[in-house]
Amino acid sequence: MSVDSASQPLIHARGLTKRFGTFTAVDAVDFDVARGEAFGFLGPNGAGKTSTMRMIGCTSPISDGELGVLGLDPRHHGPQIRARLGVVPQHDTLDNELTVRENLLIYGRYFGLTREECARRADELLDFVQLADRAGDLVEPLSGGMKRRLTIARSLINEPDLMLLDEPTTGLDPQARHLLWDRLYRLKQRGVTLVLTTHYMDEAEQLCDRLVVMDKARIVAEGSPQQLIARFSTREVAEFRFAPGIQETLDGQFEGLAERVERLPDRVLLYADDGEDVVLAARDRGLHPETVLVRRSTLEDVFLRLTGRSLIE
Amino acid sequence: MATLTDARGRTTAPVPELASSLATMARVIEHRALQYRRTFRASLFSSFGIPVLFLTAMGLGLGGYVDQNPDPSLAGLTYLQFLAPGVLAATVMQAGSFEAAYPILGGLQWNKIFHAMFATPIRALDIVLGNLAWVAIRLTMISVAFSIVVVAFGASRSPLLVAAIPAAVLTGLAFTAPIMAFTATQRTPDRFAAMFRFGITPLFLFSGTFYPIESLPSLLQPIAWISPLWHGVDLCRRLMLGTIDRDPLLGLIHVAVLAGITVLGVVAASRTFEARLMKG
Repeated sequence: MSVDSASQPLIHARGLTKRFGTFTAVDAVDFDVARGEAFGFLGPNGAGKTSTMRMIGCTSPISDGELGVLGLDPRHHGPQIRARLGVVPQHDTLDNELTVRENLLIYGRYFGLTREECARRADELLDFVQLADRAGDLVEPLSGGMKRRLTIARSLINEPDLMLLDEPTTGLDPQARHLLWDRLYRLKQRGVTLVLTTHYMDEAEQLCDRLVVMDKARIVAEGSPQQLIARFSTREVAEFRFAPGIQETLDGQFEGLAERVERLPDRVLLYADDGEDVVLAARDRGLHPETVLVRRSTLEDVFLRLTGRSLIE
Repeated sequence: MATLTDARGRTTAPVPELASSLATMARVIEHRALQYRRTFRASLFSSFGIPVLFLTAMGLGLGGYVDQNPDPSLAGLTYLQFLAPGVLAATVMQAGSFEAAYPILGGLQWNKIFHAMFATPIRALDIVLGNLAWVAIRLTMISVAFSIVVVAFGASRSPLLVAAIPAAVLTGLAFTAPIMAFTATQRTPDRFAAMFRFGITPLFLFSGTFYPIESLPSLLQPIAWISPLWHGVDLCRRLMLGTIDRDPLLGLIHVAVLAGITVLGVVAASRTFEARLMKG
Protein backbone atom coordinates (compact mmCIF):
# COMPACT_ATOMS: atom_id res chain seq x y z
CA MET A 1 0.00 0.00 0.00
CA SER A 2 2.99 2.28 0.13
CA VAL A 3 3.58 4.82 -2.57
CA ASP A 4 5.63 3.05 -5.20
CA SER A 5 8.35 5.52 -6.10
CA ALA A 6 10.48 7.32 -3.53
CA SER A 7 10.34 10.50 -5.59
CA GLN A 8 6.55 10.63 -5.31
CA PRO A 9 5.53 13.16 -2.63
CA LEU A 10 3.30 11.91 0.18
CA ILE A 11 1.32 15.11 -0.08
CA HIS A 12 0.97 17.08 -3.25
CA ALA A 13 -1.04 20.32 -3.27
CA ARG A 14 -1.51 22.80 -6.11
CA GLY A 15 -3.82 25.77 -5.86
CA LEU A 16 -5.38 24.12 -2.81
CA THR A 17 -8.27 26.27 -1.64
CA LYS A 18 -10.78 26.13 1.18
CA ARG A 19 -13.77 28.42 1.30
CA PHE A 20 -16.47 28.67 3.96
CA GLY A 21 -19.24 30.61 2.22
CA THR A 22 -17.62 33.85 1.10
CA PHE A 23 -14.69 33.50 3.51
CA THR A 24 -11.50 32.02 2.05
CA ALA A 25 -9.63 30.11 4.75
CA VAL A 26 -6.94 28.70 2.45
CA ASP A 27 -6.17 30.61 -0.74
CA ALA A 28 -4.58 28.60 -3.56
CA VAL A 29 -1.56 27.18 -1.72
CA ASP A 30 1.10 24.95 -3.34
CA PHE A 31 3.32 22.56 -1.41
CA ASP A 32 4.75 19.05 -1.48
CA VAL A 33 5.77 16.84 1.43
CA ALA A 34 8.31 14.07 0.79
CA ARG A 35 8.50 10.76 2.61
CA GLY A 36 10.51 10.95 5.84
CA GLU A 37 10.30 14.74 6.04
CA ALA A 38 9.23 16.80 9.03
CA PHE A 39 7.20 19.55 7.42
CA GLY A 40 5.65 22.50 9.21
CA PHE A 41 2.98 25.11 8.69
CA LEU A 42 4.03 28.14 10.72
CA GLY A 43 1.64 31.00 11.16
CA PRO A 44 -0.59 32.90 13.58
CA ASN A 45 -4.06 31.73 14.59
CA GLY A 46 -6.48 32.09 11.70
CA ALA A 47 -3.80 31.77 9.00
CA GLY A 48 -5.49 28.68 7.51
CA LYS A 49 -3.23 26.02 9.02
CA THR A 50 -5.96 23.89 10.60
CA SER A 51 -8.16 24.07 7.50
CA THR A 52 -5.23 22.83 5.44
CA MET A 53 -4.61 19.99 7.90
CA ARG A 54 -8.27 18.97 7.82
CA MET A 55 -8.23 18.77 4.05
CA ILE A 56 -5.10 16.59 4.17
CA GLY A 57 -6.77 14.48 6.87
CA CYS A 58 -9.83 13.98 4.63
CA THR A 59 -12.22 15.43 7.20
CA SER A 60 -12.93 18.57 5.21
CA PRO A 61 -13.67 18.65 1.48
CA ILE A 62 -11.39 20.78 -0.69
CA SER A 63 -13.10 23.75 -2.36
CA ASP A 64 -10.73 24.08 -5.28
CA GLY A 65 -7.35 23.03 -6.60
CA GLU A 66 -5.55 19.71 -6.46
CA LEU A 67 -4.68 17.58 -3.47
CA GLY A 68 -3.09 14.15 -3.45
CA VAL A 69 -2.38 12.36 -0.17
CA LEU A 70 -0.38 9.10 -0.21
CA GLY A 71 -0.98 9.03 -3.96
CA LEU A 72 -4.77 9.01 -3.52
CA ASP A 73 -7.45 11.63 -4.06
CA PRO A 74 -9.22 12.70 -0.83
CA ARG A 75 -12.41 13.41 -2.78
CA HIS A 76 -12.80 9.74 -3.66
CA HIS A 77 -10.72 7.78 -1.16
CA GLY A 78 -11.05 9.60 2.16
CA PRO A 79 -11.49 6.45 4.28
CA GLN A 80 -8.64 4.67 2.48
CA ILE A 81 -6.30 7.63 3.08
CA ARG A 82 -7.38 7.95 6.72
CA ALA A 83 -6.48 4.29 7.19
CA ARG A 84 -2.81 5.25 6.66
CA LEU A 85 -2.76 8.53 8.64
CA GLY A 86 -2.03 9.24 12.29
CA VAL A 87 -3.96 12.33 13.37
CA VAL A 88 -3.28 14.43 16.47
CA PRO A 89 -6.08 17.02 16.50
CA GLN A 90 -5.74 20.45 18.05
CA HIS A 91 -8.16 19.59 20.86
CA ASP A 92 -8.05 16.25 22.63
CA THR A 93 -10.69 13.77 21.50
CA LEU A 94 -9.90 11.01 23.97
CA ASP A 95 -12.61 8.78 25.38
CA ASN A 96 -12.95 9.85 29.01
CA GLU A 97 -15.10 6.84 29.83
CA LEU A 98 -12.23 4.46 29.08
CA THR A 99 -8.83 3.86 30.62
CA VAL A 100 -5.58 5.01 29.04
CA ARG A 101 -4.85 1.56 27.62
CA GLU A 102 -8.45 0.95 26.49
CA ASN A 103 -8.29 4.16 24.49
CA LEU A 104 -5.48 2.63 22.43
CA LEU A 105 -7.05 -0.84 22.19
CA ILE A 106 -10.39 0.37 20.92
CA TYR A 107 -8.82 2.86 18.50
CA GLY A 108 -6.70 0.14 16.94
CA ARG A 109 -9.86 -1.88 16.34
CA TYR A 110 -11.21 0.91 14.11
CA PHE A 111 -8.22 0.31 11.85
CA GLY A 112 -9.15 -3.35 11.61
CA LEU A 113 -6.32 -4.64 13.82
CA THR A 114 -6.84 -7.86 15.79
CA ARG A 115 -7.21 -7.61 19.56
CA GLU A 116 -3.81 -9.28 20.02
CA GLU A 117 -2.13 -6.80 17.69
CA CYS A 118 -3.86 -3.88 19.43
CA ALA A 119 -2.66 -5.16 22.83
CA ARG A 120 0.92 -5.60 21.64
CA ARG A 121 1.09 -2.15 20.05
CA ALA A 122 -0.72 -0.47 22.94
CA ASP A 123 1.90 -1.72 25.42
CA GLU A 124 4.77 -0.66 23.16
CA LEU A 125 3.25 2.78 22.61
CA LEU A 126 2.50 3.35 26.29
CA ASP A 127 6.20 2.70 26.96
CA PHE A 128 7.16 5.05 24.15
CA VAL A 129 5.06 7.95 25.48
CA GLN A 130 6.01 7.13 29.07
CA LEU A 131 2.49 6.37 30.24
CA ALA A 132 2.89 2.65 31.01
CA ASP A 133 2.38 3.30 34.74
CA ARG A 134 -0.96 5.00 34.00
CA ALA A 135 -2.27 2.26 31.66
CA GLY A 136 -5.17 1.26 33.91
CA ASP A 137 -6.20 4.79 34.93
CA LEU A 138 -9.11 6.69 33.50
CA VAL A 139 -8.17 9.49 31.09
CA GLU A 140 -9.88 12.37 32.88
CA PRO A 141 -7.42 12.96 35.77
CA LEU A 142 -4.37 13.02 33.44
CA SER A 143 -2.49 16.29 32.96
CA GLY A 144 -2.68 18.16 29.66
CA GLY A 145 0.76 16.92 28.65
CA MET A 146 -0.13 13.30 29.42
CA LYS A 147 -3.31 13.57 27.38
CA ARG A 148 -1.32 14.93 24.43
CA ARG A 149 1.14 12.05 24.73
CA LEU A 150 -1.74 9.58 24.85
CA THR A 151 -3.23 11.21 21.76
CA ILE A 152 0.13 10.81 20.02
CA ALA A 153 0.28 7.15 21.06
CA ARG A 154 -3.26 6.68 19.76
CA SER A 155 -2.35 8.25 16.42
CA LEU A 156 0.52 5.76 16.06
CA ILE A 157 -1.56 2.62 16.69
CA ASN A 158 -1.97 1.95 12.95
CA GLU A 159 1.75 2.56 12.23
CA PRO A 160 0.84 5.47 9.94
CA ASP A 161 2.74 6.48 6.78
CA LEU A 162 2.06 10.09 7.66
CA MET A 163 1.42 11.86 10.97
CA LEU A 164 -0.63 15.05 11.10
CA LEU A 165 -0.13 17.11 14.25
CA ASP A 166 -2.27 20.23 14.65
CA GLU A 167 -0.69 22.54 17.25
CA PRO A 168 0.72 19.61 19.22
CA THR A 169 2.00 21.61 22.20
CA THR A 170 -0.40 24.55 22.42
CA GLY A 171 -1.48 25.09 26.01
CA LEU A 172 1.26 22.92 27.57
CA ASP A 173 3.81 24.06 30.12
CA PRO A 174 7.48 24.23 29.00
CA GLN A 175 8.46 20.94 30.61
CA ALA A 176 5.59 19.05 28.99
CA ARG A 177 6.42 20.66 25.65
CA HIS A 178 10.05 19.55 25.80
CA LEU A 179 9.01 15.99 26.67
CA LEU A 180 6.63 15.98 23.71
CA TRP A 181 9.25 17.43 21.35
CA ASP A 182 11.65 14.72 22.44
CA ARG A 183 9.11 12.01 21.53
CA LEU A 184 8.35 13.65 18.18
CA TYR A 185 12.06 13.98 17.48
CA ARG A 186 12.47 10.25 18.08
CA LEU A 187 9.64 9.52 15.63
CA LYS A 188 11.39 11.72 13.09
CA GLN A 189 14.63 9.79 13.66
CA ARG A 190 12.73 6.58 12.93
CA GLY A 191 11.73 7.99 9.56
CA VAL A 192 8.08 8.78 10.32
CA THR A 193 6.84 11.60 8.09
CA LEU A 194 5.55 14.43 10.27
CA VAL A 195 3.36 17.30 9.19
CA LEU A 196 2.66 19.80 11.92
CA THR A 197 1.14 23.21 12.40
CA THR A 198 2.38 25.59 15.03
CA HIS A 199 2.47 29.21 15.98
CA TYR A 200 5.59 28.65 18.07
CA MET A 201 8.72 29.47 16.15
CA ASP A 202 10.87 27.45 18.55
CA GLU A 203 8.74 24.40 17.87
CA ALA A 204 9.09 24.89 14.13
CA GLU A 205 12.87 25.37 14.45
CA GLN A 206 13.30 22.29 16.63
CA LEU A 207 11.20 19.87 14.65
CA CYS A 208 10.87 20.95 11.03
CA ASP A 209 13.25 20.08 8.22
CA ARG A 210 11.25 22.37 6.02
CA LEU A 211 8.33 24.67 6.55
CA VAL A 212 6.00 27.12 4.94
CA VAL A 213 5.08 30.39 6.58
CA MET A 214 1.32 31.02 6.31
CA ASP A 215 -0.41 34.31 6.75
CA LYS A 216 -3.97 35.30 5.86
CA ALA A 217 -4.75 32.06 4.01
CA ARG A 218 -1.63 32.21 1.83
CA ILE A 219 1.87 30.77 1.89
CA VAL A 220 4.30 33.68 2.09
CA ALA A 221 7.62 31.79 2.21
CA GLU A 222 9.00 28.27 2.08
CA GLY A 223 12.30 26.66 3.07
CA SER A 224 14.28 25.13 5.91
CA PRO A 225 14.42 27.21 9.11
CA GLN A 226 18.07 28.14 8.34
CA GLN A 227 17.27 29.07 4.74
CA LEU A 228 14.36 31.25 5.78
CA ILE A 229 16.43 33.05 8.40
CA ALA A 230 19.29 33.55 5.94
CA ARG A 231 16.94 34.84 3.26
CA PHE A 232 14.66 37.07 5.29
CA SER A 233 16.72 38.15 8.28
CA THR A 234 20.26 38.89 9.38
CA ARG A 235 22.47 36.62 11.46
CA GLU A 236 21.90 38.60 14.67
CA VAL A 237 19.42 40.98 16.22
CA ALA A 238 19.96 43.64 18.86
CA GLU A 239 16.84 44.29 20.93
CA PHE A 240 16.67 47.68 22.68
CA ARG A 241 14.13 48.43 25.36
CA PHE A 242 13.75 51.99 26.56
CA ALA A 243 12.15 53.50 29.64
CA PRO A 244 8.44 54.22 29.06
CA GLY A 245 7.86 57.21 26.78
CA ILE A 246 11.46 57.42 25.54
CA GLN A 247 11.16 55.25 22.42
CA GLU A 248 8.62 57.62 20.83
CA THR A 249 11.06 60.53 21.10
CA LEU A 250 13.81 58.77 19.19
CA ASP A 251 12.51 59.26 15.63
CA GLY A 252 15.26 58.81 13.07
CA GLN A 253 17.89 58.04 15.70
CA PHE A 254 18.34 54.46 14.48
CA GLU A 255 18.93 55.23 10.82
CA GLY A 256 22.11 53.64 9.49
CA LEU A 257 22.81 51.68 12.66
CA ALA A 258 21.62 48.36 11.24
CA GLU A 259 20.57 46.72 7.98
CA ARG A 260 16.95 46.93 9.05
CA VAL A 261 15.07 48.41 11.97
CA GLU A 262 11.73 47.17 13.33
CA ARG A 263 9.90 49.28 15.88
CA LEU A 264 7.56 47.25 18.08
CA PRO A 265 5.39 48.92 20.70
CA ASP A 266 7.68 47.81 23.53
CA ARG A 267 11.12 47.57 21.88
CA VAL A 268 13.23 48.30 18.82
CA LEU A 269 14.80 45.47 16.84
CA LEU A 270 18.02 46.20 14.96
CA TYR A 271 19.00 43.59 12.40
CA ALA A 272 22.70 43.14 11.60
CA ASP A 273 25.23 40.38 11.11
CA ASP A 274 27.06 41.48 14.24
CA GLY A 275 24.74 42.65 17.01
CA GLU A 276 27.54 43.84 19.31
CA ASP A 277 28.70 46.32 16.66
CA VAL A 278 25.21 47.79 16.61
CA VAL A 279 25.21 48.14 20.39
CA LEU A 280 28.54 49.97 20.34
CA ALA A 281 27.45 52.24 17.50
CA ALA A 282 24.25 53.08 19.36
CA ARG A 283 26.24 54.05 22.49
CA ASP A 284 28.38 56.35 20.33
CA ARG A 285 25.18 58.07 19.17
CA GLY A 286 24.18 58.61 22.78
CA LEU A 287 21.33 56.13 22.86
CA HIS A 288 20.75 54.66 26.32
CA PRO A 289 18.34 51.75 26.29
CA GLU A 290 17.24 50.30 29.64
CA THR A 291 18.05 46.77 28.47
CA VAL A 292 19.98 45.43 25.51
CA LEU A 293 19.76 41.88 24.20
CA VAL A 294 21.84 40.53 21.34
CA ARG A 295 20.59 37.24 19.95
CA ARG A 296 20.48 35.10 16.85
CA SER A 297 17.70 35.69 14.35
CA THR A 298 14.77 33.28 14.64
CA LEU A 299 11.72 32.41 12.60
CA GLU A 300 9.88 35.02 14.64
CA ASP A 301 12.03 37.63 12.90
CA VAL A 302 11.30 36.03 9.55
CA PHE A 303 7.61 36.25 10.24
CA LEU A 304 7.89 39.86 11.36
CA ARG A 305 9.78 40.70 8.19
CA LEU A 306 7.27 38.94 5.96
CA THR A 307 4.06 40.20 7.55
CA GLY A 308 4.98 43.17 9.69
CA ARG A 309 3.38 41.42 12.65
CA SER A 310 4.37 39.09 15.49
CA LEU A 311 3.38 35.43 15.46
CA ILE A 312 1.70 35.53 18.85
CA GLU A 313 -0.18 38.77 19.36
CA MET B 1 -6.98 -4.32 -4.71
CA ALA B 2 -8.08 -2.02 -7.48
CA THR B 3 -5.70 0.53 -8.92
CA LEU B 4 -7.25 3.78 -9.97
CA THR B 5 -5.44 6.35 -12.00
CA ASP B 6 -7.15 9.55 -12.99
CA ALA B 7 -6.58 11.41 -16.22
CA ARG B 8 -3.68 13.46 -14.88
CA GLY B 9 -2.09 10.54 -13.10
CA ARG B 10 -2.47 11.93 -9.61
CA THR B 11 -4.00 8.83 -8.08
CA THR B 12 -1.01 6.62 -8.45
CA ALA B 13 -1.16 4.35 -5.43
CA PRO B 14 -3.19 1.14 -5.30
CA VAL B 15 -6.50 1.76 -3.55
CA PRO B 16 -6.79 -0.48 -0.49
CA GLU B 17 -10.05 -2.32 0.16
CA LEU B 18 -12.25 -0.99 2.92
CA ALA B 19 -13.74 -3.13 5.66
CA SER B 20 -17.45 -3.88 5.21
CA SER B 21 -20.09 -1.81 6.98
CA LEU B 22 -20.90 -4.83 9.09
CA ALA B 23 -17.30 -5.11 10.32
CA THR B 24 -17.09 -1.41 11.17
CA MET B 25 -20.47 -1.55 12.94
CA ALA B 26 -19.09 -4.37 15.08
CA ARG B 27 -16.17 -2.11 16.09
CA VAL B 28 -18.56 0.64 17.23
CA ILE B 29 -20.57 -1.92 19.20
CA GLU B 30 -17.36 -3.19 20.83
CA HIS B 31 -16.45 0.40 21.77
CA ARG B 32 -19.87 1.19 23.23
CA ALA B 33 -19.93 -2.12 25.12
CA LEU B 34 -16.55 -1.32 26.68
CA GLN B 35 -17.89 2.07 27.83
CA TYR B 36 -21.07 0.42 29.09
CA ARG B 37 -19.25 -2.01 31.39
CA ARG B 38 -18.68 0.84 33.85
CA THR B 39 -22.36 1.77 34.15
CA PHE B 40 -23.73 -1.74 33.79
CA ARG B 41 -24.89 -2.21 37.38
CA ALA B 42 -26.80 1.05 37.65
CA SER B 43 -28.42 0.47 34.28
CA LEU B 44 -29.42 -3.11 35.11
CA PHE B 45 -31.04 -1.87 38.28
CA SER B 46 -33.17 0.66 36.41
CA SER B 47 -34.02 -1.88 33.67
CA PHE B 48 -35.81 -3.98 36.28
CA GLY B 49 -36.78 -1.14 38.61
CA ILE B 50 -38.82 0.92 36.15
CA PRO B 51 -41.19 -1.89 35.10
CA VAL B 52 -41.61 -3.00 38.72
CA LEU B 53 -42.55 0.57 39.72
CA PHE B 54 -44.96 1.05 36.82
CA LEU B 55 -46.64 -2.32 37.04
CA THR B 56 -47.01 -1.99 40.82
CA ALA B 57 -48.37 1.56 40.86
CA MET B 58 -50.44 1.53 37.68
CA GLY B 59 -51.05 -2.16 37.14
CA LEU B 60 -51.83 -3.23 40.69
CA GLY B 61 -52.80 0.10 42.27
CA LEU B 62 -54.82 1.73 39.48
CA GLY B 63 -55.67 -1.71 38.08
CA GLY B 64 -57.21 -2.84 41.35
CA TYR B 65 -59.50 0.18 41.14
CA VAL B 66 -60.34 -0.26 37.43
CA ASP B 67 -60.98 -3.97 37.75
CA GLN B 68 -63.76 -3.38 40.31
CA ASN B 69 -65.94 -2.28 37.38
CA PRO B 70 -64.31 -3.87 34.34
CA ASP B 71 -64.86 -1.99 31.09
CA PRO B 72 -66.15 -4.13 28.20
CA SER B 73 -63.31 -2.84 26.01
CA LEU B 74 -60.89 -4.76 28.23
CA ALA B 75 -62.55 -7.93 26.90
CA GLY B 76 -62.00 -9.93 30.03
CA LEU B 77 -58.41 -8.79 30.59
CA THR B 78 -57.18 -7.46 33.89
CA TYR B 79 -55.98 -3.86 33.66
CA LEU B 80 -52.45 -5.07 34.46
CA GLN B 81 -52.54 -7.37 31.41
CA PHE B 82 -53.77 -4.51 29.24
CA LEU B 83 -51.23 -2.04 30.61
CA ALA B 84 -48.03 -4.13 30.55
CA PRO B 85 -47.40 -4.13 26.75
CA GLY B 86 -48.20 -0.41 26.56
CA VAL B 87 -45.69 0.48 29.24
CA LEU B 88 -43.14 -1.84 27.59
CA ALA B 89 -43.38 0.07 24.30
CA ALA B 90 -43.40 3.44 26.06
CA THR B 91 -40.40 2.59 28.24
CA VAL B 92 -38.39 1.46 25.24
CA MET B 93 -39.42 4.63 23.37
CA GLN B 94 -38.05 6.76 26.20
CA ALA B 95 -34.82 4.78 26.44
CA GLY B 96 -34.37 4.88 22.66
CA SER B 97 -34.96 8.65 22.60
CA PHE B 98 -32.55 9.30 25.46
CA GLU B 99 -29.83 7.16 23.83
CA ALA B 100 -30.20 9.16 20.63
CA ALA B 101 -29.85 12.48 22.44
CA TYR B 102 -27.26 12.86 25.19
CA PRO B 103 -24.71 10.11 24.39
CA ILE B 104 -24.73 11.08 20.70
CA LEU B 105 -24.31 14.79 21.42
CA GLY B 106 -21.49 13.79 23.77
CA GLY B 107 -19.64 11.97 21.01
CA LEU B 108 -20.08 14.86 18.58
CA GLN B 109 -19.66 17.83 20.88
CA TRP B 110 -18.37 17.07 24.39
CA ASN B 111 -15.65 14.45 24.25
CA LYS B 112 -15.73 14.45 20.43
CA ILE B 113 -14.96 10.74 20.18
CA PHE B 114 -16.96 10.50 16.95
CA HIS B 115 -14.50 12.99 15.46
CA ALA B 116 -11.66 10.78 16.66
CA MET B 117 -13.37 7.77 15.10
CA PHE B 118 -13.80 9.71 11.86
CA ALA B 119 -10.00 10.02 11.62
CA THR B 120 -9.96 6.23 11.00
CA PRO B 121 -11.27 4.46 7.86
CA ILE B 122 -14.84 4.51 9.23
CA ARG B 123 -17.60 6.26 7.26
CA ALA B 124 -20.26 8.54 8.74
CA LEU B 125 -22.99 6.02 7.85
CA ASP B 126 -21.10 3.30 9.77
CA ILE B 127 -20.93 5.50 12.86
CA VAL B 128 -24.72 5.93 12.61
CA LEU B 129 -25.40 2.23 12.01
CA GLY B 130 -22.96 1.12 14.71
CA ASN B 131 -24.56 3.36 17.29
CA LEU B 132 -28.03 2.32 16.19
CA ALA B 133 -27.04 -1.34 16.53
CA TRP B 134 -25.68 -0.66 20.00
CA VAL B 135 -28.93 1.07 21.00
CA ALA B 136 -30.83 -1.95 19.63
CA ILE B 137 -28.79 -4.17 21.95
CA ARG B 138 -29.51 -1.90 24.92
CA LEU B 139 -33.23 -1.80 24.09
CA THR B 140 -33.27 -5.59 23.80
CA MET B 141 -31.78 -5.85 27.28
CA ILE B 142 -34.40 -3.43 28.63
CA SER B 143 -37.23 -5.33 26.88
CA VAL B 144 -36.04 -8.70 28.14
CA ALA B 145 -35.84 -7.37 31.72
CA PHE B 146 -39.30 -5.87 31.29
CA SER B 147 -40.72 -9.14 30.00
CA ILE B 148 -39.27 -11.05 32.95
CA VAL B 149 -41.03 -8.62 35.29
CA VAL B 150 -44.30 -9.03 33.35
CA VAL B 151 -44.12 -12.80 33.74
CA ALA B 152 -43.25 -12.43 37.42
CA PHE B 153 -46.35 -10.25 37.88
CA GLY B 154 -48.42 -12.99 36.26
CA ALA B 155 -49.51 -10.60 33.51
CA SER B 156 -48.47 -12.63 30.45
CA ARG B 157 -51.13 -14.40 28.45
CA SER B 158 -49.29 -15.83 25.46
CA PRO B 159 -45.88 -17.26 24.52
CA LEU B 160 -45.95 -14.54 21.82
CA LEU B 161 -44.68 -12.36 24.66
CA VAL B 162 -41.28 -13.27 23.27
CA ALA B 163 -42.22 -11.71 19.92
CA ALA B 164 -43.16 -8.47 21.70
CA ILE B 165 -39.46 -7.99 22.51
CA PRO B 166 -38.30 -7.30 18.92
CA ALA B 167 -41.51 -5.32 18.36
CA ALA B 168 -40.63 -3.09 21.32
CA VAL B 169 -37.04 -2.72 20.09
CA LEU B 170 -38.30 -1.66 16.66
CA THR B 171 -40.57 0.88 18.36
CA GLY B 172 -37.56 2.30 20.19
CA LEU B 173 -35.42 2.46 17.03
CA ALA B 174 -38.18 4.37 15.24
CA PHE B 175 -37.41 7.11 17.77
CA THR B 176 -33.65 6.60 18.01
CA ALA B 177 -32.88 6.99 14.30
CA PRO B 178 -34.71 10.29 13.59
CA ILE B 179 -33.65 11.80 16.93
CA MET B 180 -30.02 10.90 16.16
CA ALA B 181 -30.41 12.78 12.88
CA PHE B 182 -31.69 15.79 14.84
CA THR B 183 -28.98 15.53 17.52
CA ALA B 184 -26.24 15.79 14.89
CA THR B 185 -27.56 19.26 14.02
CA GLN B 186 -27.32 20.47 17.64
CA ARG B 187 -24.38 21.92 19.56
CA THR B 188 -26.04 22.15 22.98
CA PRO B 189 -28.64 19.95 24.72
CA ASP B 190 -30.99 22.95 25.08
CA ARG B 191 -33.61 21.63 22.68
CA PHE B 192 -33.69 18.13 24.15
CA ALA B 193 -35.79 19.26 27.12
CA ALA B 194 -38.40 20.70 24.76
CA MET B 195 -38.30 17.56 22.63
CA PHE B 196 -39.06 15.38 25.64
CA ARG B 197 -41.62 17.78 27.09
CA PHE B 198 -43.58 18.54 23.90
CA GLY B 199 -42.83 15.37 21.91
CA ILE B 200 -42.13 12.30 23.93
CA THR B 201 -44.32 12.96 26.98
CA PRO B 202 -47.55 13.74 25.02
CA LEU B 203 -46.98 10.61 22.93
CA PHE B 204 -46.54 8.66 26.16
CA LEU B 205 -49.94 9.95 27.36
CA PHE B 206 -52.00 9.80 24.14
CA SER B 207 -50.84 6.66 22.36
CA GLY B 208 -52.97 4.02 24.00
CA THR B 209 -50.41 3.19 26.66
CA PHE B 210 -52.80 3.50 29.61
CA TYR B 211 -56.22 3.16 27.94
CA PRO B 212 -57.63 2.16 24.55
CA ILE B 213 -57.51 5.11 22.16
CA GLU B 214 -61.24 4.59 21.59
CA SER B 215 -61.74 6.13 25.04
CA LEU B 216 -60.43 9.47 23.73
CA PRO B 217 -62.86 12.02 22.23
CA SER B 218 -63.23 11.01 18.57
CA LEU B 219 -61.59 14.29 17.50
CA LEU B 220 -58.34 13.26 19.24
CA GLN B 221 -58.26 9.67 18.04
CA PRO B 222 -56.43 10.39 14.76
CA ILE B 223 -53.47 11.54 16.87
CA ALA B 224 -52.87 7.89 17.67
CA TRP B 225 -52.54 6.98 14.00
CA ILE B 226 -49.78 9.51 13.42
CA SER B 227 -48.05 8.58 16.68
CA PRO B 228 -45.26 6.04 16.11
CA LEU B 229 -45.70 5.01 19.71
CA TRP B 230 -49.32 3.98 19.13
CA HIS B 231 -48.19 1.62 16.36
CA GLY B 232 -45.62 0.19 18.75
CA VAL B 233 -48.04 -0.07 21.69
CA ASP B 234 -50.73 -1.74 19.62
CA LEU B 235 -48.23 -4.16 18.04
CA CYS B 236 -46.72 -5.11 21.40
CA ARG B 237 -50.18 -5.48 22.95
CA ARG B 238 -51.47 -7.77 20.18
CA LEU B 239 -48.34 -9.89 20.47
CA MET B 240 -48.21 -10.04 24.24
CA LEU B 241 -51.91 -10.86 24.54
CA GLY B 242 -51.80 -13.33 21.65
CA THR B 243 -54.41 -11.46 19.57
CA ILE B 244 -52.21 -10.59 16.59
CA ASP B 245 -53.95 -13.23 14.42
CA ARG B 246 -57.25 -11.35 14.67
CA ASP B 247 -55.96 -8.63 12.35
CA PRO B 248 -52.60 -9.65 10.84
CA LEU B 249 -52.77 -6.85 8.26
CA LEU B 250 -52.85 -4.22 11.01
CA GLY B 251 -49.83 -5.92 12.57
CA LEU B 252 -47.99 -5.65 9.26
CA ILE B 253 -48.95 -1.97 8.93
CA HIS B 254 -47.51 -1.34 12.40
CA VAL B 255 -44.23 -3.05 11.48
CA ALA B 256 -44.06 -1.20 8.15
CA VAL B 257 -44.66 2.20 9.76
CA LEU B 258 -42.03 1.63 12.46
CA ALA B 259 -39.47 0.16 10.06
CA GLY B 260 -40.16 2.95 7.54
CA ILE B 261 -39.54 5.69 10.14
CA THR B 262 -36.35 3.92 11.24
CA VAL B 263 -34.98 3.70 7.68
CA LEU B 264 -35.83 7.33 6.95
CA GLY B 265 -34.17 8.27 10.24
CA VAL B 266 -30.99 6.41 9.29
CA VAL B 267 -30.86 8.11 5.88
CA ALA B 268 -31.32 11.52 7.53
CA ALA B 269 -28.79 10.73 10.26
CA SER B 270 -26.13 9.59 7.81
CA ARG B 271 -26.48 12.99 6.14
CA THR B 272 -26.46 15.09 9.29
CA PHE B 273 -23.52 13.08 10.71
CA GLU B 274 -21.58 13.47 7.47
CA ALA B 275 -22.29 17.21 7.49
CA ARG B 276 -21.16 17.47 11.10
CA LEU B 277 -18.01 15.33 10.84
CA MET B 278 -16.90 16.65 7.43
CA LYS B 279 -16.18 20.31 8.04
CA GLY B 280 -17.80 21.94 4.98
